[in-house]
Amino acid sequence: MTTTGTTPPPTPVPGEVQPRRATPRRREAGAPGAGQGAASPVVKIVLLLLCLLWLIPTIGIIVTSFRTPDAANTSGWWTVITSPLDFSQYTTANYREAWNGGMGNAFINSFAVVLPATVIPIMIAAFAAYAFTFMYFPGRDTLFVVVVALLVVPNQVALVPLLRLYTDTGLTGTYAAVYLAHIGFGMPLAIYILRNYMSTLPKAVIESAKIDGASHFKTFWKLIVPMSVPALASFAIFQFLWTWNDLLIALLYLGPGEREVVTVTVAGLVGQQNQGWQLLTAGAILSMIVPVAVFVSLQRYFVRGLTAGSVKG
Amino acid sequence: MIRVINALLAIIGGVGAALLLYYVLNKLVEMLPQKWEERIKPWVFAGVALAAIGLFLIYPAVRTIILSFANATSTAWVGLENYTDLLTSRDFQITLGNTLLWIAVVPAVTVALGLAVATLADRLGPRGEKLTKSAIFLPLAISGVGAATIWRFIYEARPAGEPQIGLLNAVWTALGFDPVAWLTVDTLRFNSFLLMVVVIWGQVGFSMVLLSAAVKGVPVDTLEAARIDGANERQIFFKVTVPQIWGTVITVFITVLITVLKAFDIVFVMTNGNFNTDIIAVRFFNELFRNGDNGRAAAIVVMLMLAVIPVVAYQVRHFRAEEAAR
Repeated sequence: MTTTGTTPPPTPVPGEVQPRRATPRRREAGAPGAGQGAASPVVKIVLLLLCLLWLIPTIGIIVTSFRTPDAANTSGWWTVITSPLDFSQYTTANYREAWNGGMGNAFINSFAVVLPATVIPIMIAAFAAYAFTFMYFPGRDTLFVVVVALLVVPNQVALVPLLRLYTDTGLTGTYAAVYLAHIGFGMPLAIYILRNYMSTLPKAVIESAKIDGASHFKTFWKLIVPMSVPALASFAIFQFLWTWNDLLIALLYLGPGEREVVTVTVAGLVGQQNQGWQLLTAGAILSMIVPVAVFVSLQRYFVRGLTAGSVKG
Repeated sequence: MIRVINALLAIIGGVGAALLLYYVLNKLVEMLPQKWEERIKPWVFAGVALAAIGLFLIYPAVRTIILSFANATSTAWVGLENYTDLLTSRDFQITLGNTLLWIAVVPAVTVALGLAVATLADRLGPRGEKLTKSAIFLPLAISGVGAATIWRFIYEARPAGEPQIGLLNAVWTALGFDPVAWLTVDTLRFNSFLLMVVVIWGQVGFSMVLLSAAVKGVPVDTLEAARIDGANERQIFFKVTVPQIWGTVITVFITVLITVLKAFDIVFVMTNGNFNTDIIAVRFFNELFRNGDNGRAAAIVVMLMLAVIPVVAYQVRHFRAEEAAR
């Protein structure tokens, strides 16, 4: 399925079957036991340290990206704490320079790849998920098992032959080469998420639509798609984050150059560090703004998608 | 500007063409006699997606297996030479060893840390829990390239005497030691562990979210019953909570395991596999892209496929069990 990186769309592994209990009682806010408010000071300190450990690395590059080349490369970023109001050490020039030096261009390229890679598979997968959920055809269950199996197959399996195929057809170095690959690689996850969601929709609604004489096509458009919006959103977020943050496929099929995407630009900046940390950090932050914004604003759907695939109940 | 328009055109064209295709095919099928309509219609709905999977995953996977028995330019058969060359080269043995080390360390640590944060944060008030989780969760949105940049800055080394701008060396020199170029230290695979830290930093948020949902789903009755029977908190955690969330633990473990097998960008950006930090996915890229050796690159992928077969088997078995319980 997915290839690399810190942000995989999670590979949803079907959760283990939970034994059916007679209406298990879930914990409610303020319930007794190891529940809320029971943290000892030690626990609080451990968690605080862990949070700092998790945040400090990112804070470091944020601070550095606003420092002058001289300040950034001759003193630690944490020294700003001693003189935070000395504004001569701050600048926004790094962002301007990074943007004009290639990030601006790469931004457009990233959107040119990511938007088709995110939008196109949604509809294709929705149709397929409908067929897998509400229609009967020979081989249906076997085919779906193949889809489930492909969720955990690294998409490196496809890269060598695709590179040859793209070279033969002249697609190498085009946006289409990258987004077509992403569409194909994202398909198993898309079908899986959508089919799982659709199978929880009330069957009665679909049955009554059928009795009213609605065709599958109509049922799909008028009923199932509107009801499946949360699942569609979950997949869209995964796919967006995954394609925006991807380095491997973009590097292989689009490469560095006029059409390089943001991850390739930042990887290039790392390679030429004589330009200094202030530029690299500014570039890295520019490359992160869009996915972090998407992630923070749509976290609800993201978390729901994460938990839906694996935690039942 | 033209490129943005092109991208929009690609979306509109792609979605529009697909819609039209579905619509026309649907109309055509509806003209068939009812019996045939019902037989063919599912394939109209599922066909495009299945074709995409076939073209971009199944067919290339089969081709990859075939190419792994051919030479660098895929012009002649070489039998098992790619495999024997790789497996007997010291270089590749180190790569495999590192990959095994990653597999042994990263998934287990990620699950343990995620479970620890999920369980401990559960004891905070709602606001504290939310803030803690957000801090741990955020790196999940950061790309491998971004994470690599962030951590290279932490590990940055300057010659002795100059002010250190990397956090680790700043602390290290403050303790009175000489600065160290951390990523080049391969004693006991130390630098590989430094790279694993980056992946763990990114993945714990994922592990925490899933495990937190599972921990909160544990029925209170079971916890109370254990408490009445005189179990202490540690016993309750290991004997009552953990068995009930075991399914989720496995899920997270497998997902991180797959992530590790595919891990490419962090190692590629931070060391490019130098200083004995190479792992299988980076080696694959360098064989394919730098050396242009299709045969060896394909052979590496086939080994990767073999490695995931048990995971695939597990995945399918549990999917079946889940469907049966539906």
